[in-house]
Amino acid sequence: MTVERRWRLSLRVLALGYLALLLLVPVGLIFYRTFEHGVGGVWDSITTPAAIHAFQLTLEVTAIAVPLNTVFGIVMAMALARGEWRGKGLVNALIDLPFAVSPVVIGLSLILVYGIDGWLGGALADLGIQVIFSVPGIVLATIFVSLPFVVREVTPVLREIGDEQEQAAATLGAGAWTTFRRVTFPSIRWGVAYGVVLSVARCIGEFGAVSVVSGKIAGETETLTLLVEKRFQNFDLAGAYAASALLALIALATLLAMTAIKPRREEGDA
Amino acid sequence: MSATSLTGPRTTAPGAPPPGAVARPRGALRSGSALGLGVATLWLSIIVLLPLSAVVVRSLDGGLGAFLDAVTSRQALAALRFSVLVSLATAAINVVGGTLIAWVLVRDRFPGKRIVNALIDLPFALPTIVAGLTLLTLYGPRSPVGINIAFTQAAVLLALLFVTLPFVIRSVQPVLIELDREMEEAALSLGARNATIFRRIVLPNLVPAILSGAALAFARAIGEFGSIVLISGNIPFDTQVSSVYVFKLIESDAPVSAAAVSTVLLLVSLAVLIGIRGLGRWGARHDR
Repeated sequence: MTVERRWRLSLRVLALGYLALLLLVPVGLIFYRTFEHGVGGVWDSITTPAAIHAFQLTLEVTAIAVPLNTVFGIVMAMALARGEWRGKGLVNALIDLPFAVSPVVIGLSLILVYGIDGWLGGALADLGIQVIFSVPGIVLATIFVSLPFVVREVTPVLREIGDEQEQAAATLGAGAWTTFRRVTFPSIRWGVAYGVVLSVARCIGEFGAVSVVSGKIAGETETLTLLVEKRFQNFDLAGAYAASALLALIALATLLAMTAIKPRREEGDA
Repeated sequence: MSATSLTGPRTTAPGAPPPGAVARPRGALRSGSALGLGVATLWLSIIVLLPLSAVVVRSLDGGLGAFLDAVTSRQALAALRFSVLVSLATAAINVVGGTLIAWVLVRDRFPGKRIVNALIDLPFALPTIVAGLTLLTLYGPRSPVGINIAFTQAAVLLALLFVTLPFVIRSVQPVLIELDREMEEAALSLGARNATIFRRIVLPNLVPAILSGAALAFARAIGEFGSIVLISGNIPFDTQVSSVYVFKLIESDAPVSAAAVSTVLLLVSLAVLIGIRGLGRWGARHDR
């Protein structure tokens, strides 16, 4: 170590103190507040019909959004890393938009297209399809916010591994699909897995965009994060803490998965 | 949101092939790939571009005058001013705190370091509404330590610091790991003090990564909603940020005004995105 011990210790205390006050103590306190009156009440409040429905809806929406964005992500990453085409720079920049745009603006944008006065809302309503204040709106909002994760995880891996093996396979007569399945995919699968984990966490945790389009109808369009907010607004603090603790547990599981996948992803195709 | 996905490719070599990559024959998209690209681009257009263009187009539904009125109303300007200032403060604190934490995580050794390192990503994994509730529990009216900053501007800053924590750290860490230690050791052997070594040798190498992390933190902060909505109290001309103001406009059935303010927010996001790309190029050049 090139740094004096005295310096090193004080920097360590400063860094860990900042993390403790901002991150660890607050999150720890959520679990303490949740369980301070025992586990029974917590179990009751996360198994009410509204809570179970919210949990189911959250999982359903995630189960729709993540596979779609995974397929999109892999196809787009292949095009960005392997192809040369007009407009590539622009598309590459536009993919990051969901990260940069406020969730509220995302929600509003969906209302302006699919709402009753929106560009497509009227026509869809005539067909009997309601998007806003209904589950399809929540699905669209969730797909929007989680769109970039898989692309952004897979593209650098594809660049890193290069295309020599793919070209070798093609030279040996493998078709495009066989090459992808047997050569490319095994090299990028941990990158894909990492992107999927991040997408799942974001889909389960999305609040702002979903909050704008859902209409918050209990037992119908209420996701888990919306349930936390509603319980808090209705002074049901214990219920809000219980649902929060459940979401925090999912977040911790996400961290575990990220930590497990990261080293394998960085190994690339080794 | 992932720091690696946001900063990884950009701080290294955005757009450019990595050093050592074989140059490909250009323009060779097979028909299958071309179809895939077409479908993927269509997906991006339907999911992202169509809705966002609706925001820009519909913001002018009432004409340019109505647009300007909506954007320059006293409440809209106050919210935008506070959003920009508090996001700048967030980015600035992250520059110092994030660099410090990254340095400690890379260069220091202490028990539990791997766990701390994994926990840095918690703000990305934790739903924002839970983050807000969490901070309100420790620093709100029922605070067990007697600190109550709920419904103040400081509370908004605190929430933004929580959700943006990983950006600078995850952007600086890889650069610091790669950094050649020989120069530092040479400087030390020539009698330079720690502060001098950091300022003259370490810091200049970190600047592009710090700035791109800070820009990402700023972009996230200016649009943030979930973690702020409970803790800010949403007091107009005080703790109300632009995203919450837009939400109130939507709730009070003023979508055109909401679209106008959103368009301004969109332009800020776009400017930051373009700025980050520029920084990435500068960083890549700086590397060589």
